[in-house]
Amino acid sequence: MTITDRTASELLALQAAGDVSARAITDAFLAVIREREPTVQAFVQVDEAAARQQAEAVDAKRRAGAPLGPLAGVPVAVKDVLCTRGVRTTCSSRMLADYVPPYDAHVIERLRAADAVLIGKTNLDEFAMGSSTENSAFQVTRNPWDSTRIPGGSSGGSAAAVAAREAPLSLGTDTGGSIRQPASHCGIVGVKPTYGRVSRYGLVAFANSLDQIGPFARTVTDAARLLAVIAGHDARDSTSVDQSVPAYTQSLDQPLQNLRIGIPQEFLKTGLDAEVEAAVRAALREYQAQGATLVDVTLPHAAHHAIAVYYIVATAEASSNLARYDGMHFGHRTADKGDLIATMSRSRTEGFGPEVQRRIMLGTYALSSGYYDAYYLQAMKVRRLIAEEFATAFTQCDIIASPTSPTAAFPIGEKTADPLTMYLSDIYTISANLAGIPGVSLPCGFTSNGLPIGLQLLAPPFAEERLFRSARMYEAATDWHTRRPPL
Amino acid sequence: MAEPYKIVIGLEVHVQLLTKTKLFCGCRNQFGLPPNTATCPVCLGLPGSLPVMNRTAFQLALRAALALNCQMASFTKWDRKQYYYPDLPKNYQISQYDLPFSAEGWLEINIHPDPKKGHTPKRVGIIRAHLEEDAGKLLHDESGRGGDSRVDLNRTGTPLLEIVSKPEMNSAEEAVAYLEEIRLLMRELGVSDCEMQEGSLRCDANVNLHIPRSDEPHGYAATPLVEIKNLNSFRSVGRAIRYEAERQFSAFQNDPQNYRIGRLLKTTAGWDDARGRTEVQRHKEEAADYRYFPDPDLVPVTVSPEQIDAVRREMGELPSQQRVRLQTQYGLSPYDANVLTAKGRPMVAYFEAVATILNDGKQASHRISDLVFPALSERNEEMESFPIRATEFAGFIQATATLSKQDRVDLFTHMLEQGVNVAAAMEATGLKPATFDEATLRAAVIAAIGNNPKAVADYQSGKTAAANRIKGEVLKANKGAPNDLVQRLLEEELAKQ
Ligand SMILES: [Zn+2]
Repeated sequence: MTITDRTASELLALQAAGDVSARAITDAFLAVIREREPTVQAFVQVDEAAARQQAEAVDAKRRAGAPLGPLAGVPVAVKDVLCTRGVRTTCSSRMLADYVPPYDAHVIERLRAADAVLIGKTNLDEFAMGSSTENSAFQVTRNPWDSTRIPGGSSGGSAAAVAAREAPLSLGTDTGGSIRQPASHCGIVGVKPTYGRVSRYGLVAFANSLDQIGPFARTVTDAARLLAVIAGHDARDSTSVDQSVPAYTQSLDQPLQNLRIGIPQEFLKTGLDAEVEAAVRAALREYQAQGATLVDVTLPHAAHHAIAVYYIVATAEASSNLARYDGMHFGHRTADKGDLIATMSRSRTEGFGPEVQRRIMLGTYALSSGYYDAYYLQAMKVRRLIAEEFATAFTQCDIIASPTSPTAAFPIGEKTADPLTMYLSDIYTISANLAGIPGVSLPCGFTSNGLPIGLQLLAPPFAEERLFRSARMYEAATDWHTRRPPL
Repeated sequence: MAEPYKIVIGLEVHVQLLTKTKLFCGCRNQFGLPPNTATCPVCLGLPGSLPVMNRTAFQLALRAALALNCQMASFTKWDRKQYYYPDLPKNYQISQYDLPFSAEGWLEINIHPDPKKGHTPKRVGIIRAHLEEDAGKLLHDESGRGGDSRVDLNRTGTPLLEIVSKPEMNSAEEAVAYLEEIRLLMRELGVSDCEMQEGSLRCDANVNLHIPRSDEPHGYAATPLVEIKNLNSFRSVGRAIRYEAERQFSAFQNDPQNYRIGRLLKTTAGWDDARGRTEVQRHKEEAADYRYFPDPDLVPVTVSPEQIDAVRREMGELPSQQRVRLQTQYGLSPYDANVLTAKGRPMVAYFEAVATILNDGKQASHRISDLVFPALSERNEEMESFPIRATEFAGFIQATATLSKQDRVDLFTHMLEQGVNVAAAMEATGLKPATFDEATLRAAVIAAIGNNPKAVADYQSGKTAAANRIKGEVLKANKGAPNDLVQRLLEEELAKQ
């Protein structure tokens, strides 16, 4: 087995046994990146020298007998919305093409403290707005399983990098499914933690009340390792919750007894691809075989209104967050300068792509005087109903299962002309963000033409440990996660 | 009413809080630092940065609102007020919109057109007080050569308390008195230093007129609202309001049908202090829709009754309470109590120490205003550093009780200028009370007895009060002679008659 096929857990063990150095691991992944990037295009930036330097520092620490962090020598790719001190952070936008933050995001600090090797910054839909990574201003990331198809989005670069063995671990952000959906399309594990579980400090905001940073990995165990490193309270994020982080990896291999799995009836109806449905039903049968019971739950508001609510709340917040990119304080400034308003307006028109502009306009409209009550306020009320609906459902079951996405990865360009259809592909993932609950997507099969299918599991707030254990129950009984894309 | 109209004034006051750090980050909150040195990712609004509320700022704001007799909200939140401006890095300001932390208060102001008549209290209603972050400062090229404007973001994110009054002031004097009372209150509470020149106290005035007309439904016609900005001193507040009232009155006279509230939009005007006039800047209704919405980066704040009680306990005595106490405890007139209170807590403490030693509040108050007030303003000095402390001042008053006012002033000036005590000053200037030996006084008493046979006869017939007439004559001729000594000598000599 080559080094790049190893999981993070294995890489840690190999280093501890002295079988391989951090430098050798990093070199191996850099070699794969060099070989596959022309096809995959997952990264917007790789600094080989910096990566090697970090790896050598880990090796030096190990030689000196110094204590090592929990991800020592393991390469981690990070979505390019996470601020990295002295390293460009572009949000895959022309607007921030040259932006170099003077500080590290909280999760970056945590990765450095864990002795991880930051191997590169990954591509995304501009400002995390999209479900296919086609909205990047720089490049279109390909699905490692079929390079004519999208990897999902918005964290498509981070998902594709892990699936293509360009990195064993990566970080993404999930605002409406932006970790779980690309994980599903790329055949890997992706976790959206509870809102407040991971500090957003240094995450360039798309929609502050929905955004959450989470891990991608090829196994549940690796995902749990990475979450354990980045989770926990941070006083710099007022929405970060001060609650202890369980040792996720310790309980992982203990199956949950009498697991009750809620099946939202509304989620298995129209628009669901037959192969996806079959794979998910088969996965549920596997759980039943392990003693789990299936419970019908109902989430009518989540099913019927989540997308509408999401596109009001998320765009409203985004329209405000993105106001600062005006060519005066930050970002691209037009060469065609006029008075103050004209300069700002032209800079924004040139700096933002069409999807970002669309969402800024939607959000601005929703917050405008005379429309606020009908849109934003109403959306916030329904959002509360959705959260209550989940709370009620979780009195009847321990986790909720559904497909992650109604279809497998679609061809590049198929939905770019039709934003509404694109928005609808997030139907199963969006309500978890509105309710603030954690979710995971894990591989549960392939379509007849070899595209991965994802199973989504949702749990109550701060029940990530339960999520990992139930995901691991299924993973341990199947081998989907061991398949390799045909690269 | 001297004018043929009633002025209606509402004030919007911004007070910068005296916190060590800014409202949502750890940067220094300090005036006069080199440009852009008190900044960080948060107050620069760098992508990815997040605000965290400064609890001290919130505590100070609670204290201020309690002193303004406001109703305190048990639940308050932060909203984004959105507009594009180069001094606002995020292009939104974190403020409070529909759920401010306090509302519905009042402030008692003192208008004293005639100092001798004491003060005339008036309550001005407060609509709301809320917290918000300040914007930065734009420095424009004023050379006329069209150079780039510069932005200083040191002030960005510093805590501001906005206090909005009801339109319940009816003269420039009342508006200034309101501002003076706000400044006194905020200083006494340690909430703000309220330096208008440094911008830690800012004020916009909403002004219009009610012009009596018997044929109007309400008995008066109202002129359109004008919001006056750019008021840089208390004096300019008064001048601007007086100017604006006259301007509105003549505008109304020129076009009584159309120069009316409701007919014309509210306008914003800038006060030009040099030219002494207001200049209309823009029509308010053209202003942006601020698209307020709750800031998702901050959590709502809950305030418990216990917290409010705790803030109230550490608030200490308010100026309004102090004025009443100075009157009841020391017998001061309302005017004197008001003047002392307006000078601030160190002065009041000084007064109280002197009054206690002298056991005479009125005398302490009068001597302080005769001697200490002018000395402080002459020396441009604060009470805290005034070299003659309360005990020494009380001793000075006692030692100079028999001197003329002018001698006392000269002596005091000498003490201050030379830095010497009262004994040394008396020695150096020769300004000292006459001394009296017993033999001289006894001779004076004997002479007075001789001059007043009627009083002596009355005294001997049992009307002992008649002795006072004799004593009065002795004291009159011997200014400053000790009363008890004269009394004893008089009793001895009368007994010999
Ligand atoms: Zn700061």
